[in-house]
Amino acid sequence: MSFTSNVPFDVLQFAKTLTKLEYGDPTVLDMINQNYQNLGRAYRIGVTGPPGAGKSSLVTMMAKHYREEGVRVGIIAVDPSSPFSGGALLGDRIRMQQLGADENIFIRSMASRGAMGGLAEYADAAADLFDLYGFDVILLETVGVGQSELEIAQCADTTVVVIVPQSGDVIQGMKAGLMEIGDLFVMNKSDDPFSEKATQQLKSAIHLKEWGEWTPPIINTVATENRGIDRLIHQLNAHHSFLIQTGALEQRRQQRLVRRIKQMVTEKVERELWNKTREIKLLQAIQERRQPQHILEEIYQDFRGSFYVGNESESN
Amino acid sequence: MSEMKVNPIDSSAVPQSIRDEDQNHLHEIEKYQKAKQKWEDDLKKSKDRGGYYYSVSSSPIDILGLPETPPKHFLEKIGFPGQYPYTRGIHPNMYRGKLWTMRQFSGFGTPEETNERYHYLLQNGQTGLSVAFDLPTLMGRDSDDPWSTGEVGKCGVAVSSLRDMEVLMHGIDQGNVTTSMTINSPSFILWAFYIAAGEKKGTHRSQMGGTLQNDILKEFIAQKEFIFPVRPSIKLVVDTIEFATKEMPKWNSISISGYHIREAGSTAAQELAFTLADGFAYIEAALDRGLDIDDFAPRLSHFFNSHIDFFEEIAKFRAARRIYARIMREEYHAKKERSWMLRFHTQTAGCSLTAQQPENNIVRTAFEALAAVLGGTQSLHTNSMDETLALPSEKAVTIALRTQQIIAHEIGVAHTIDPLGGSWYVEQLTDKIEAEAYEYFRKIKELGGNRGFLPGVIAGIESGFFQREIAQAAYLHQQELDRKDRIIVGVNDYVDPDEKIDIPILKITEEAELRQKEILKKLRSERDNRKVEQCLAQLKESCENNTNVMYPVLECAHAMVTLGEMMNVMKSVYGEYIEDSVF
Amino acid sequence: MERKIRILIAKPGLDGHDRGAKVMAAACRDAGMEVIYTGLRQTPEMIVNAAIQEDVDIVALSILSGAHMTLFPAVLKLMKEKGLNDVLLTGGGIIPEEDMKALEALGVGKLFGPGTNTQEAIEYMKNWVSKHRTYKVV
Repeated sequence: MSFTSNVPFDVLQFAKTLTKLEYGDPTVLDMINQNYQNLGRAYRIGVTGPPGAGKSSLVTMMAKHYREEGVRVGIIAVDPSSPFSGGALLGDRIRMQQLGADENIFIRSMASRGAMGGLAEYADAAADLFDLYGFDVILLETVGVGQSELEIAQCADTTVVVIVPQSGDVIQGMKAGLMEIGDLFVMNKSDDPFSEKATQQLKSAIHLKEWGEWTPPIINTVATENRGIDRLIHQLNAHHSFLIQTGALEQRRQQRLVRRIKQMVTEKVERELWNKTREIKLLQAIQERRQPQHILEEIYQDFRGSFYVGNESESN
Repeated sequence: MSEMKVNPIDSSAVPQSIRDEDQNHLHEIEKYQKAKQKWEDDLKKSKDRGGYYYSVSSSPIDILGLPETPPKHFLEKIGFPGQYPYTRGIHPNMYRGKLWTMRQFSGFGTPEETNERYHYLLQNGQTGLSVAFDLPTLMGRDSDDPWSTGEVGKCGVAVSSLRDMEVLMHGIDQGNVTTSMTINSPSFILWAFYIAAGEKKGTHRSQMGGTLQNDILKEFIAQKEFIFPVRPSIKLVVDTIEFATKEMPKWNSISISGYHIREAGSTAAQELAFTLADGFAYIEAALDRGLDIDDFAPRLSHFFNSHIDFFEEIAKFRAARRIYARIMREEYHAKKERSWMLRFHTQTAGCSLTAQQPENNIVRTAFEALAAVLGGTQSLHTNSMDETLALPSEKAVTIALRTQQIIAHEIGVAHTIDPLGGSWYVEQLTDKIEAEAYEYFRKIKELGGNRGFLPGVIAGIESGFFQREIAQAAYLHQQELDRKDRIIVGVNDYVDPDEKIDIPILKITEEAELRQKEILKKLRSERDNRKVEQCLAQLKESCENNTNVMYPVLECAHAMVTLGEMMNVMKSVYGEYIEDSVF
Repeated sequence: MERKIRILIAKPGLDGHDRGAKVMAAACRDAGMEVIYTGLRQTPEMIVNAAIQEDVDIVALSILSGAHMTLFPAVLKLMKEKGLNDVLLTGGGIIPEEDMKALEALGVGKLFGPGTNTQEAIEYMKNWVSKHRTYKVV
């Protein structure tokens, strides 16, 4: 299967392709692989922040704005899966439904359950697919709690961290890691009486850090009332230009690829290493109460040996 | 009970604290005698409806049961009927003075059809009207709006203009019959239609009595028929409270509703706590407007659900009166006794009815209605047995009304005030539900930074606190049913597999929609459209300048501006609310 | 291949009574499904558009307003037009039995009234998926 941009966009087929990708279908992965040279056209924006910060509203307003500029917008909205049943309640569309049935906006909700190869890898690949299918802007929305969500944010060219003024300490309320990944900070719900204080706190926190050539700006918005979105888009454009001019965009994409390939190699090695034979061997060795160090050496040597023989079989 | 401290063996050495307590108790007995005397005096002054207060064995029925010696905190917690904190009821003679109002909620199809049903109900002994509007009207849309397709006249009557209201009220004396209108987001507009319709018949607005549901907070919390964002929505409610206070002394400006909160799946304590919190939020908003609490509080009414759990419901109603009186008096410093009294309408629980073996619903409704009467309700709607299948048929409505009449006249419970008062179990349960409500109050206030109920309720809505509490309670209830931990007859046990439902079902045809559309078309072409534009411009100006919208809305009504036209202008100023769903 | 069932739960029309929709959404999640909840007041266009983009197996509508004879056929027609031929349209609400039969004759799936055990509805949906999909449900 190969990709050509001349075929008209088939929304049904695209939706099904995304599902296949989510379940690690090799034909789709292969297609992305073969079209690797065509990737990188779209601008990928990650939007993350604590629950209740108004990310969906913000993403909706951003999408509205981009649509007015005439560009095609793809949205990937990630919500957590239930750890008990593996099911999920995906409610991000509720706000986004006001975007109507516009064929140039494609919204996909995604559960954070361990899709094959990890969530970040899938989101990254899904963004690739949007990119290949001619979407100009891709918005990745995730809840900023937990490591995998932070990784998704890093699939983006620009990461927007959304927070809300709360009565307490804003910086204290931010989950570890959020502060580090923001290229832009949005103080949403800025009609709150605590907004000014919170913005000042955030400003001080930002200036305490070393940021290199780009210091993240803070944008005050009231997304539900479409206030401040113009300023946000303006800053996004500024960051995008900055990324292009300084070569940081290319650098970020390379880093992303490095991470992704490393991850893939690691997974491949892990799969080959822990085949059934070795799992059983390990268990037996432990039951025989042999020294762990000896077990390690034996399995490692066995694994290395398999490369020379070249007959490592996938027996799992 | 658990407060027993005295060791009976060692009675010689009574500690000082106990002796103090005895002293206090003596003092309490004195106070009790005084209160009792006052009640007896009030009773003599009260008008009796002249009922026949003898049991079926022809033996006289006592009006009130009292303890031989009053238990501790009797006056603070239980007291006498018609006395603070009104646990036993708001009148000294309760239903011997006046039975509750039997108010069956109805409306369907066109205003013509509903008007006919109203005349039928009034002839059959119903004592007040209660208008059910269709969904488009509830959502502020005209019958010819594209969103209204398929919904016109389905769940109630379609009213898009003053013309429709005039037809609906045709031949009904609006100065005599009280009308309750179940309308929320566009309440002020339908109210204006009602006022204008009455005025055109020569009834002065100050003579009109009735109730506007007008409770937008519970829409955000439970029923979800909201249109504008939270803050402008509250502003509009205060406009109506202000208007009623100044112009319509016989009108209940708002019916603070727990019914829908319960139907959405809440527990009894949640219903009680969220409803009262909503009410206090309106009170704070009205106080912020500069109104005097004793000018408007006497016209606030409440609306509760009477669910299937008999004692829990009775305890809920009793606790409601006690909490309300306390907070009105002690937190808001209301002076008039009437401001302390919680008056309420009750509807039996629609969600307790079953589509299976629907005749059983008559029994369920009867128990629920009984709980409402034992709980001291001021008015009551009893559901019809076929409501889980479709709109109620005439026969089903009549049985529901007869159920109330049987409770009022046959079974004797209306002759004695608060007959369950003093029951150890019911008093205990009343205290328990009260405590649960206070715990919710604490949480709600905390959500708003402990600045009162108004900021707390707004924060609770916007953060999804209420919605989450209710959704979780609803899901828990469903799981109980799925597991058969809780039995519902005919649904998850005692099922009749060969059941054939032979209840005649009232069906609304699409004809209502076509007729309404035609009428609107005609109306739009015949009215003075320049005047319409002028009135709408004034309405918009009022919204932008934050003045009371009731006056420009009345002007619009008289100029035959439609509901949808007014709402669209207001949406352009206030915007529309979107809810983030929580589970 | 193994997959999770994806279901879109929507409330079309003006009705805001979402107790049933929410309870069902929670039950489906707890049965391991991925539930896309669209919220209130959806037009048939919005619902079908979402169903396409989300590549769902099932579309479930909750209607208590009496407008089911308008809304179900409208959604069904649009699904067919847009090529969603192998997606189940089901739902629940206050729907008289004869209307249920009429809708089933049009091609709408089984509809569930008040008092339905959520597990019964879930079983029905799972069975439908196992008959109409080649993947294994996880």
